Amino acid sequence: MNPLQICLLISCGLFAIGLTAALARSNSILVLLGIELMLNAANLNFIAFWRFGPSPAPASGVIFVLFSLAIAAAEAAVGLALVIAVYRHQKNIRLKEASRLKG
Amino acid sequence: MTSPALSLFNAPFAALAIPGPTFLERAPLELRDWFVHLFPAPAQWLVHHLITIVAVLAVFGLFFAFLTIAERKLLGRLQNRLGPNRTGPFGFMQPFADAIKALTKEDVVPAAADKLLHFLAPVIVCSFALMTFAVLPFGRHLIPLELDAAVLYFFAAGAATELAIFMAGWSSRNKYSLLAAMRALAQLISYELPLLLTVVPVVMLTGTLSTQNIVLAQGGWWHGVIPHWHVFTPWGFAGFLIFLVAALAETNRSPFDSPEAESELIAGHLTEYSGFKYALFFMAEYFGMTALCGLGVTLFLGGWQAPSVYLQFIPSYVWFGLKLIAMILLLIWIRGTLLRLRIDQLMRLSWKLLVPLALINLLNAAFWFQAGELGGAFAIARWPVSIGLAVLPFIAFGRRLGRGLGPRTYRYAP
Amino acid sequence: MLSLSLIAALILTSAAVALSLRNLIHSALVLIVTWLGVSAFYLWAGAEFVGFAQILLYVGAISMVVLFAVLLTRRSMDEARVQPSSLRRVIAAVLAGGALAGVLAGAVLSTRFLPGAGRPPEINVRQIGLQLMGPHAASLLLVGVLLTVALIGATVIASSFERDDVSSDPDPRARSRGRLPSNSGDSHV
Repeated sequence: MNPLQICLLISCGLFAIGLTAALARSNSILVLLGIELMLNAANLNFIAFWRFGPSPAPASGVIFVLFSLAIAAAEAAVGLALVIAVYRHQKNIRLKEASRLKG
Repeated sequence: MTSPALSLFNAPFAALAIPGPTFLERAPLELRDWFVHLFPAPAQWLVHHLITIVAVLAVFGLFFAFLTIAERKLLGRLQNRLGPNRTGPFGFMQPFADAIKALTKEDVVPAAADKLLHFLAPVIVCSFALMTFAVLPFGRHLIPLELDAAVLYFFAAGAATELAIFMAGWSSRNKYSLLAAMRALAQLISYELPLLLTVVPVVMLTGTLSTQNIVLAQGGWWHGVIPHWHVFTPWGFAGFLIFLVAALAETNRSPFDSPEAESELIAGHLTEYSGFKYALFFMAEYFGMTALCGLGVTLFLGGWQAPSVYLQFIPSYVWFGLKLIAMILLLIWIRGTLLRLRIDQLMRLSWKLLVPLALINLLNAAFWFQAGELGGAFAIARWPVSIGLAVLPFIAFGRRLGRGLGPRTYRYAP
Repeated sequence: MLSLSLIAALILTSAAVALSLRNLIHSALVLIVTWLGVSAFYLWAGAEFVGFAQILLYVGAISMVVLFAVLLTRRSMDEARVQPSSLRRVIAAVLAGGALAGVLAGAVLSTRFLPGAGRPPEINVRQIGLQLMGPHAASLLLVGVLLTVALIGATVIASSFERDDVSSDPDPRARSRGRLPSNSGDSHV
């Protein structure tokens, strides 16, 4: 098998695990972590194509991943701040109960 | 690097300087290669790396041992007492007695503790603290691992310290441990910012993240005596001071040791640790301090570069060691001199003084570089401007920091 | 290939374990192993800079944010455990995840990829810096703005909106002299 295919399969697996967790768990922190994993799977793809893809530009994949890391940091900070805000309102962080828009 | 006018002065050294330094410089490598060649060819790369690891472990393990006794004796002198002087000649065998004591002590683990995490925390903190030594250039040819992104590696390996502190505090199942761990984390995160921000100007001006290249960029001397170290530029001096303060806080050293203040808290996140696990934390702290001092020497004090042309006959790793020891002695001196900061003062110092100063220092370094590129009158005029850019913000922010903090008044319980 | 399969096993098992554990703190700590595995993959692929950046960011920063969030959203020491989700929901989620994985894997396996370069593209930190500051300067600035906005936004969202202890005392001197320092107003964590 092509090494590129192996890398893509790894990232498929990671994405599926992240998705399953985001769908199955009701705790909002775990959902966020699942989304974080999906982002990581995407980054893995960038590096895989950068390394094994046909005639890659020398820096494209790396630059993509660097920006994506910055986005991931911003996402984690805002997401967890939201979790804390939700907890302050309803004293738990179950997503099912966070359905009211009015505080 | 010698200018022609100085070659006359160098002449007496010439005979000594040519065989001496190169041989001594290469001596550790020659020794390693000789040893590696005793093994069959397939195993040589493994032996090669193992020797490097063992050498770093042995040198810095012994350095740690003698650092503790030096610190205790110096602190003793600073506090007008003798310090440990019973074990061995002048008490110099004290660290080994301490090691035996730590090894033979009972290892108490709280019944409710998360056993695995409680065990992993000291292991992680110690191993990652040792990993940071891999990228420090100890000498002209002595660097365990030459990486293109060495500075990034250093901080990436250092990031595990925070994790270990959290694990220690949480797994102990003791609310005081947990609270102290949170305080320690808040401190570490707050001071990581100025620490990284002082590294940025150095990286910006040298144009590399490799520690060896940063040291090479500081080679050369003005008139053979004043080295081109970063600390001798205004931005470098200001950056070095900020780095020093942030490094003190990052390693929980004395004016910032509130996470484990002996006289106020029990031992912070280390409360539930005893025996050898406690010793591991203690060791990791000193390894972290040594590594950060090594990074400071590398970034600002010229690494292994000799301070003068005439002193180049002394091998480079000796210079690195001397600078490292000098910096650590400075930290011990600070510990013996300054009072501990309260946690809110500590936070304020970082966010309201060090971070803005480090940001301004970044601009200062950029100005310094651009003015130097223009050359001519700019190269001279940049000195007063740059000194002003370093001193004036310090005065302004320092005054703001102290505002509203008159003499403390105490309210006693009725 | 051996190292790649080891890294793959590490990433996938630790991710699966992390997201199925009951204890949130354990989940976050095992997830750190996953992130380390991903950075090991980057190092394996020759993207040194990204690998270290991943460790610095995920192990040093994001994990800390997650752990702080876990600690700040529970009332007692032992409340880190979470209630299990309903079985129906878990089955549906696993089916959805499995279906997605099947589709993606089928697509990957049935595609014929062009043969790539045999060795990793030569890139050093200097080139990455030049790329970031040259062709990608605008995106870099935007990311800086984004991070600033995210930081400010996160602080505003997570801080409590109790107005009376924020603005009643503009002068810190009055606070330290007048009454005992209030914890709610100047908590720094």
